[in-house]
Amino acid sequence: MVNYRHATEEQKELAMGARKILEKELLPKIAEYEEADGGLGQYPLDVHYKLAEAGYYAMNIPEEWGGLGFDIVTEGVIAEEMAKIDAGFTMGFHNCGSYFHFILDTKMSDEEKAKWAQRFLSGDARGSFCVTEAGAGSDAAAMRTTAVKDGDEWVINGTKCFISMAPVSNFFVVAAWTDKTKKVSEGVTFFLVEKERGVKIGKKENKMGLHLNETAEVIFEDVRVPADHVIGEEGKGFIISMQEISMEGRTLGATFALGIAQAALDYAIEYAKTRRQFGKRIIDQQGIGFKLADMQARTEACRSMIFEGLTCLRDGIPIGYLPNMIKMYTSDCTMQTTMDAVQVYGGYGYMKDYPVERLMRNAKIFQIFSGTNEIQHKNIMKAMAGRDPERK
Amino acid sequence: MNILVCVKQVPDTTEIKIDPVTNTLIRAGVPSIVNPFDGYALEVAVRLKEAVGGKVTVMSMGPEQAKAALKECLSVGADQAYLISDRAFGGSDTLATSYVLSVALKAVEEKERAPFDLIFCGKQAIDGDTGQVGPELAEHLGYAQITYASDVIMEDGMLQVKRESDEGYDYITAELPAVITIVKTPFEPRYATIRSKMAANKAVIPTLTAADMPIDTSRCGLKGSPTKVKKTYTPVREKHGIKIEGKPADEAARELVGLLSDAKIM
Repeated sequence: MVNYRHATEEQKELAMGARKILEKELLPKIAEYEEADGGLGQYPLDVHYKLAEAGYYAMNIPEEWGGLGFDIVTEGVIAEEMAKIDAGFTMGFHNCGSYFHFILDTKMSDEEKAKWAQRFLSGDARGSFCVTEAGAGSDAAAMRTTAVKDGDEWVINGTKCFISMAPVSNFFVVAAWTDKTKKVSEGVTFFLVEKERGVKIGKKENKMGLHLNETAEVIFEDVRVPADHVIGEEGKGFIISMQEISMEGRTLGATFALGIAQAALDYAIEYAKTRRQFGKRIIDQQGIGFKLADMQARTEACRSMIFEGLTCLRDGIPIGYLPNMIKMYTSDCTMQTTMDAVQVYGGYGYMKDYPVERLMRNAKIFQIFSGTNEIQHKNIMKAMAGRDPERK
Repeated sequence: MNILVCVKQVPDTTEIKIDPVTNTLIRAGVPSIVNPFDGYALEVAVRLKEAVGGKVTVMSMGPEQAKAALKECLSVGADQAYLISDRAFGGSDTLATSYVLSVALKAVEEKERAPFDLIFCGKQAIDGDTGQVGPELAEHLGYAQITYASDVIMEDGMLQVKRESDEGYDYITAELPAVITIVKTPFEPRYATIRSKMAANKAVIPTLTAADMPIDTSRCGLKGSPTKVKKTYTPVREKHGIKIEGKPADEAARELVGLLSDAKIM
């Protein structure tokens, strides 16, 4: 059931369509994919293609490029419903297919761009966003990857870490220093790098959760890309790209966490209605009933906040640091709600045989990636103190 | 090939719960779906159309809400849809329903100026579970009928039908027109795509009422239905029986024969 009350009938129907596919194709096999590859987990490409065939991949590609041109609210309604089944898969599926606008920002010919659009729409083009490095997490300026111009080409060297979906991606959007004498907003450029140009995938990470979203190191050793693969302007891509990622990425990304929270709540209510102790259902025991009420209130609050943000982004209304607040608040709430769901399930909740265990493991990363919640506090604080002239 | 698929909108019985006090179905909040066997029938029809060309029409008798089921059919391969709806048809049992469908089918044929070569139904609806409407429809029309089919292909102008039986499968051929009822197929019905859903939402579905067809209304609805429902109840679940578990087959068989002969059954 779609929980966002303002969703149109069509948005609800499309969201339920995606959910139906996942319920049939993914849900019965989640444990298998979680444990695949020696416990590292696996992104189910067969499910990826089932959804892509039905039109759910890269839904934001503009109509003039053959896509559906869906707005960010529609994407959010669909993403929440999918994330209720598995947020790791949903995040991978969504993010991999969300980079066509970077292709449009390159200097490639329109024919090339049209070919890329088709590759996206078929589900074949899968991308990863590569900024983080071992010594450069929240402090992106500390990164060491470089791109040096050599005739008509750029030569990229460096190693990116914790890159979501790298093992299944076939192109990478890579941040590299093009002028180290300048500051980050002037010296860093983004590049489009296809895997076949010699990109190597390093160690696949063994994560606490999000096992369906494979994460690995990405290594660039003298990888050469043509000049038309620069995204945006040389030395100017960073701020534009980071702003876009932090605004839309964080707000839409929060719908994945919201899906986890709603799923945890739904499972907990269902369980508390069935489980009986001391002669009555545990939902009628105040200790559990009050907890469920808090879980529901928090989840509703997050949804209101997220869709307020998405609606403003769709309508071009400036929202300042709201995405930071959405990211921070939703991830904290989701963590708490999944922990509470495990508590409602009691001993069963701690067992992998029950779904809330996975939801709790999946929730944690949302407090960390896409800028830790501590960094979000810092940014909101800076804005309130009037120390950020660019965004208020 | 001009194909008709008859579909029924039913409550999703996997979502239905029984009221423990009154022993009746709790229907509130239960979503409506396309009867799953009709979904398989539609998939068989669409595959046949894709193989030999033609057109697939879906038809449903029911209230205005049944248009949702027809739209769902349009999103997974049907080309057009008709709703058959009239207060006079309400409360029809299988005999009255199949009569209405047989008359409506002729009305659609006349409207489209094209006779149907093949009529598909699901083997039964999951709410009533009678399995009677398909065969009765064939009788009203005087067409050949093949029930419990799991696949249908055309070869040299002849229909080749794979029919499920207790022993295995029968392969049956038939001349057209024919009515075929479909069981769960070895292949899954296709998923609707975003574009097909959006197109289906825009589709206009014509409604045919009693006034649109030469129908004898005394044969429709409650008064045209000889079936009378006296009582519905939930069967009592009895936990009788002995399970022989965790033993090798030969040992278990010996124990079973022993038990049966002790009970003087063997």
